[in-house]
Amino acid sequence: MTAPLIDFKHVTFKYHAQAEPTLHDLSFQIYPGEKVLIAGASGSGKTTLLRLLNGLIPQAYPGDVSGSLTLNGQDILDQSLFDLSLQAGTVLQDSDAQFVGLTVAEDIAFALENDHQPVGKIKTAVSKWAKRFGLGERLDLSPQALSGGQKQRTAMAGVLVDDGKLLLFDEPLASLDPAAGAAAMAMIDKLQTERDLTVVIIEHRIEEVLNANVDRVIVMSQGRIVANGTPTKIIQSGILSQNGLDEPLYIQLLRRAQIDITAIPRISDVKAVDVSQHKLAIEQLKQTVKRDRHLTPQLIIEDLDFSYERSQPLFKQFHTVINQGEILGIVGKNGSGKTTLSHLLTGFLTPDSGDILLDGTSVLQQSIKERADHIGYVLQNPNHMITKTTVFEEVASGLILRHVSEDEIEARVRRVLKLIDLDSMRHWPISALSFGQKKRLTIASVLVLSPEILILDEPTAGQDATHTANLLKFLSRINHNEQTTIIIITHDMHLLANFVQRTLVIVNGQLIGDTTPAELLANEQLVEMASLCTTSIYQLAARLDISHPEELNAAIVTEPVWNP
Amino acid sequence: MNNRKKSNGFSVRSVVATGIGAAVFFVLMKFISIPTGISNTNINVAEGWLALIAGLFGPVVGLLVGFIGHTLNDAVTYGSPWWSWVIADALFGFLLGLSRRFLLLEYGDLTAKKLIQFNIWQVVVNIFVWVVVAPVGDILIYKEAAQKVFLQGAVTAVVNIVSVAVIGSLLLVAYVKSRPKKSSLRSE
Amino acid sequence: MNNLFGYKKRNTWLNHTTGTSKLVGFLLLTTMGMISYDTRFLFALGLFAVILMQTAQIKYREYAVMLKLVLIFAVINLVMIAVLAPQYGTQLYGTRHVVFGSGYWSITQEQLFYEFNLLLKYLFSLPLAIILLFTTNPSEFSAGLNKIGVPYKIAYAFSITLRYIPDVQSDYHTINLAQQARGYEISKKASLKNRAKGAVQIILPLVFTSLDRIETISQAMELRRFGRQKQRSWYQEQSFSIRDVCMFIGSLIIVGIGVALLIHNGGRLYNPFK
Repeated sequence: MTAPLIDFKHVTFKYHAQAEPTLHDLSFQIYPGEKVLIAGASGSGKTTLLRLLNGLIPQAYPGDVSGSLTLNGQDILDQSLFDLSLQAGTVLQDSDAQFVGLTVAEDIAFALENDHQPVGKIKTAVSKWAKRFGLGERLDLSPQALSGGQKQRTAMAGVLVDDGKLLLFDEPLASLDPAAGAAAMAMIDKLQTERDLTVVIIEHRIEEVLNANVDRVIVMSQGRIVANGTPTKIIQSGILSQNGLDEPLYIQLLRRAQIDITAIPRISDVKAVDVSQHKLAIEQLKQTVKRDRHLTPQLIIEDLDFSYERSQPLFKQFHTVINQGEILGIVGKNGSGKTTLSHLLTGFLTPDSGDILLDGTSVLQQSIKERADHIGYVLQNPNHMITKTTVFEEVASGLILRHVSEDEIEARVRRVLKLIDLDSMRHWPISALSFGQKKRLTIASVLVLSPEILILDEPTAGQDATHTANLLKFLSRINHNEQTTIIIITHDMHLLANFVQRTLVIVNGQLIGDTTPAELLANEQLVEMASLCTTSIYQLAARLDISHPEELNAAIVTEPVWNP
Repeated sequence: MNNRKKSNGFSVRSVVATGIGAAVFFVLMKFISIPTGISNTNINVAEGWLALIAGLFGPVVGLLVGFIGHTLNDAVTYGSPWWSWVIADALFGFLLGLSRRFLLLEYGDLTAKKLIQFNIWQVVVNIFVWVVVAPVGDILIYKEAAQKVFLQGAVTAVVNIVSVAVIGSLLLVAYVKSRPKKSSLRSE
Repeated sequence: MNNLFGYKKRNTWLNHTTGTSKLVGFLLLTTMGMISYDTRFLFALGLFAVILMQTAQIKYREYAVMLKLVLIFAVINLVMIAVLAPQYGTQLYGTRHVVFGSGYWSITQEQLFYEFNLLLKYLFSLPLAIILLFTTNPSEFSAGLNKIGVPYKIAYAFSITLRYIPDVQSDYHTINLAQQARGYEISKKASLKNRAKGAVQIILPLVFTSLDRIETISQAMELRRFGRQKQRSWYQEQSFSIRDVCMFIGSLIIVGIGVALLIHNGGRLYNPFK
């Protein structure tokens, strides 16, 4: 019996700044060579747990720890952050903060430079690790020139260059598109088998992580461990959805088919599970794919040309029609023009030629401010938008700047706040809000101007299943009540599969697909070009030889349930 | 943050504060200008940011942010730095950083008294730096004409006093307001 | 590649010289040029720098904008001096040769000569700076600074500045547009008070995201042992070659000439009027 690499016994932790402990009585072991997923909704304490493992607690975040916690048999609390970093490498969630070097090579070299190693030795190590991660040709590139996946591979190389045996990942999928996420998971899987690494992944996107063949899942909720077992056991117990986490899509499908999954072995692996005896029950779930619900053209983009640099045109004769009241998803690889398109719609950028017509009238002559009255735009990062200190002021600011009367401001702000369930908190300081609440607040501050069209950039990034569900409920409410057209730029597969009605696939400024998400996610060619992945439902359908998998994708669409 | 172990003097946090501080200083100096109405005279938003970062991280970070930020801006705009003004801006950051002792932004709240103290101090510092240090530097280093450099210095001092009084104070207030306080939040 | 300074890979000897020696050369020559007011010296130094710039294969269009800005800057300053201190040249050189005019506004040879010297001073360092900025990989600056005695933590702070300027810039750009959409205004259309208010509203999100960034980046750096040792090595460090020695000696010779002229002139000024 090998000794555990990480051993926690009755660990309780309280931040100095807080009144209540964040972690309660945690006991678990992680053995050498294991790959463990620590899953939990926001606020479950999973990030705090990671900080205990890499030494940021107590050195950067002071607090009181009780119980015993060891790494390699030694007390973690007795070791400095520097000593710990040699045993456990951490890849932080924020890839721009993680990447501190001016170029790929310098970032991989960073830890060795800090150890004052001879330059020759550093260069050998850098070229070895760069090659291993497929970055050999990119050593001179700056982080701004890299994709999310390349940045993350640089981060991994920069941590593994220490030859540590334990790798800690804080939400490695958060800033990646599904294709890059799948590649990252495959990379982690490969590394672990080749080098006998122990890997701890903190995530809430279960579907993607399960592809990396994790050995064990620890589920956290409100600072406690609520489950600790093999992925199969965890899924069979149904504990994920009780704790604010999304179950994989194919599990959602099996549950809809009323299949008792507790009896099915290897249920956590969509590539291995045997559900052939339930094929009939699954097939009966098929739904015809709904399309063309909205037929009144609202926004017409006409023969649009746009380029950042003359020599490299991005959009050429781009043409599409967005209909009144629809929920539209825009997907495509990073850098393929999704954000540029939304900036053209909001007036942040001006097209070289072509026209944008809103209800038949060109909007190109309007200023950014005027455009915002019709087309609202919510940035991905709420911290980029918030300028006031209380909830009410934040939502009211746009109206005040438009010289709306005080009574009307009060009425309009309150109405929007009620809609997003923040009315009771209207006098709260914004600093007291959670990330998800801030996100809703920024949507409210755009919505209060009553735009006919609302554009959201990655609305679900960094949000767990519960927050996403709340957000979607709220979006379908305004879509239904106010007839607001909703345009979502996203690569969130759950969001696409469950919520969006129509998707535009944009690659290198070309519109290469205009279809329903159900069909998109069952079209391997389109999916690959858009840097997405097929759903696990599609994979299951392929294994069961079920035709028209898009009709199964359509089965899990949540119809906006809304009682006026 | 108070019991963070210090190694080799300058903490990692100060290093990063210097780096990011100078990057933001540079971007603000280069991209935002608020015309005052007098030609060629703009409200200097960057100096307001310098006031906040120096007040938060102290004189050494203030000095380095002023030095690096100003040098880079000169280098990118004019090719080479105008040293007398670079030194003046660095000294400005250093002296403003001394206000950290009485501002204590990370802990207490920002009383009206502290804000007034801060503004008196910034006026003194601005006058000293732009009306004395920068022009004397111009005369000593570049042998410029006294009449011209003192006039330039006086105009800069006035503009910067206004910039820091408005932008700097607003930033300080906003910063302190954004700190989470242990207060009982109640829904209504 | 970080392109803030217009650095490009060029196959010239100046590109192959290490950042450290170019930095030392730049500092030595500009300091000497700053001290000296000898017209002959400044003119020769400027000419020499322009020739160097040619050997570095830097094209005019690459620095045209900079040159224009420096010229505008120089003209404004020269005009200001002509208006505010028209007799300063007489005062400096101790003689008075009136070209035309009389009284306060008379134009003297001394004044014209002084302003010509000043113009040389504004201009001579531009080609030197262009060489330094255009031929040095930004990554080499920090290593170079550390090598000439700047503590490594300060040198690295400079590196962080270069690393994050593009990120801060793009943040600023997005925030600015989003706040304009909300209705904030900083152009001349708004009153001064509203402009200041608008600017604060625009930079507030930038300020807070930047302050958050300081926390996360310092954690990321500590997790990779920054600040652990008394020294650190630099991936971009280059070993010295004969080129570097030449550059160093060359700079010292020029400084030597400058010093000799200082002694010969009995001060910083070269005075042709005596």
